[in-house]
Amino acid sequence: MLKQIEGSRAVAEAVARCRPEVICAYPISPQTHIVEACGELVKSGELENCEYINVESEFAALSVAIGASAAGARTYTATASQGLLFMAEAVYNASGLGLPIVMTIGNRAIGAPINIWNDHSDSMSMRDAGWIQLFAETNQEAVDLHIQAFALAEKLSCPVMVCMDGFILTHAYERLEIPDQAAVDAFLPPFQPRQVLDPAAPYSIGAMVGPEAFMEVRYLAHDKQLQALDVIPEIQAAFTQQFGRDSGGLLHSYNCEHAATVVVTMGSLAGTVKDAVDELRLEGPKVGVVSLSCYRPFPAAALREALAEARRVIVVEKCLAPGFGGIVSTDLRMALQGVDCHVKTVIAGLGGRPITRPSLQSMLRRALKGELADLHFLDLNRGMVDRELANQRRGIASGPIAENLLKDVAIHGDAD
Amino acid sequence: MPHVKLDDLTDQQKVKFYQKGTFTVGNRLVDPDNRGVQASEARSNAITSGHRACQGCGEALGARYALDAALRAAEGQLIAVNATGCLEVFSTPYPETSWQLPWMHSLFGNAPAVATGVAAAMKVKGRENVRVVAQGGDGGTTDIGFGCLSGMFERNDDVLYVCYDNEAYMNTGVQRSSATPPTARTATTPAVGDAPGNVFGTGKNVPLIALAHNIPYVATASVADLHDLERKVQKAMRLRGARYIHVFVPCPLGWGSDSKATIKIARLASECGLFPLWEGEDGLVTGSLPIRKKIPVDDYLKTQKRFRHLFEPQRDDARIAALQRMADANIKRFDLLRHEREAAI
Repeated sequence: MLKQIEGSRAVAEAVARCRPEVICAYPISPQTHIVEACGELVKSGELENCEYINVESEFAALSVAIGASAAGARTYTATASQGLLFMAEAVYNASGLGLPIVMTIGNRAIGAPINIWNDHSDSMSMRDAGWIQLFAETNQEAVDLHIQAFALAEKLSCPVMVCMDGFILTHAYERLEIPDQAAVDAFLPPFQPRQVLDPAAPYSIGAMVGPEAFMEVRYLAHDKQLQALDVIPEIQAAFTQQFGRDSGGLLHSYNCEHAATVVVTMGSLAGTVKDAVDELRLEGPKVGVVSLSCYRPFPAAALREALAEARRVIVVEKCLAPGFGGIVSTDLRMALQGVDCHVKTVIAGLGGRPITRPSLQSMLRRALKGELADLHFLDLNRGMVDRELANQRRGIASGPIAENLLKDVAIHGDAD
Repeated sequence: MPHVKLDDLTDQQKVKFYQKGTFTVGNRLVDPDNRGVQASEARSNAITSGHRACQGCGEALGARYALDAALRAAEGQLIAVNATGCLEVFSTPYPETSWQLPWMHSLFGNAPAVATGVAAAMKVKGRENVRVVAQGGDGGTTDIGFGCLSGMFERNDDVLYVCYDNEAYMNTGVQRSSATPPTARTATTPAVGDAPGNVFGTGKNVPLIALAHNIPYVATASVADLHDLERKVQKAMRLRGARYIHVFVPCPLGWGSDSKATIKIARLASECGLFPLWEGEDGLVTGSLPIRKKIPVDDYLKTQKRFRHLFEPQRDDARIAALQRMADANIKRFDLLRHEREAAI
């Protein structure tokens, strides 16, 4: 049954259907509504047999989750942005220990300057931490991915991040299907840990490993991610069979047959891109869209297949590697090695900058004419940048950049 | 040995009862119910032999006594969580482990939070008979793990946290922590300059801070009085909620002291007043171990090379006097010479 519901609330209800036994809560926008709703569900008794723990930091949130998971409890937490960075050490630790924790990321920019709005910098900072990273395109997919995430995490004994765009998804109200308890119980068996702290069979977990075996431990973490490339589509297929929706998997392809130009993206942006290319179709050129629902492991083979007919790929990504350029597009270039296909990087939407259809279409028109630079910043206010660069050239004490730019907006407005 | 009354002993024999009341050396004379955990053949040997601790390591000794006592109190149903540090490193050299109980190490600064998670899992699974101990050194407790520790206290999570305090970061090579005493030489507070060693006016008293969280039980203990340590662990294990025991554990390597002098130095630390032994419940100090015979701080300081610059080339009267004032303040605060006062009345 469809119901009108906020994305965060829907995720909390989906998580509750997965019967987590320990939930760690710490507030940070735009994830906060999720843990608030989880707390409500525990308090009301709708989510039974669950310890809901208000911790003092994100570092503690994931650390409590580590302890609970190692002691055999199904464990969930959520965070975003600075919170993910604050727990960074524990993020690597959870995957190193092979603990199947599920964590939602309400994707948000990283400061300074402090910014609460959406981009993918936070998840990207942890892309090599050994977690599986799934990206939701819609709130329905976010709901479905959480149910799949527990199955995936526990099958591989590997933690999973479900990434959903902050505000754009977390705070959007729409009509969603929250699977009922019986259906989720049928899909997700009780947690059977690979390793557990138990006085009946004492283990030492987290012992030091030196050069004699560390390479092998790391290789096995890599191998686990490669196994996930098979397991993720299996879980997606089982989910589709039971729930009738094809949420999840490695990627979604849209109009890629016979499309020489394909836009690759992640998260909620896919919907806007699909609308933009549909309208562009009226002008003639066919442009396909691939939306990655799994970023780690990186689905290289699936991408090669989806982009088999593409000769020009434009990666529109909400993250930036300063001093280099794109992050997702770099992975994609690696995946397309030896393929006759040119990959362009478009950095867009940083810190919540709106990504509009007209901007996307104007960028695509330039791309189709072969006029797009290899690295392009969508809707960058070049005038503002140039004035600040000139200001910096005038003297060493040019002042704080962010404040200078805000002053610039006051004087010149935000038009280029 | 036939049962002997204390008063029947010669003066020379009485010397051997230096620790009367603590029973550490007097086990054979004590009825079995009052004997220490380590006196029992049924002790669990939580940390078995073969680990890589240095000779004379106070932490290895303290951890063994604390965990064996906790294991007995929990009837073997115990899980230990360990912060990064000497204890973690010397007990689990790959591919070996000394731990005879389920044991987990996650990070340097998160042992209290990991323990909270373990306790939550046990609660949710209806296995509250399985108890949880977290442990770390002073760096992992008073510095990097302090936020998680305070959080665990504030929530009153069902965890006994044991800090083994050797007053510096020993695992990384003797750097200053917030538990390092003033004047002590460490690798980051070298014994050079106008006021060599660690400065005055810094540091934090984590046992008192723990007490300020109004948790059910807080105690300080020392490897000089292992029976008292066992008693405090057993008392803590009878309670539920957040409990904290701060154990004084000399480090021969870091302190520049004789390996064989670990127990003696620990005893001197308490007898001079610099490390008072006390316990408290629900925010109030409820008891302390009186000092049998007060000694000047000099007697304690002189046993360790980390304080040598206080005595060579000449005695640093001002700074030793400042340390003596710290010791005297502890003695006053915890009323550690009350028997002398009572005797005088």
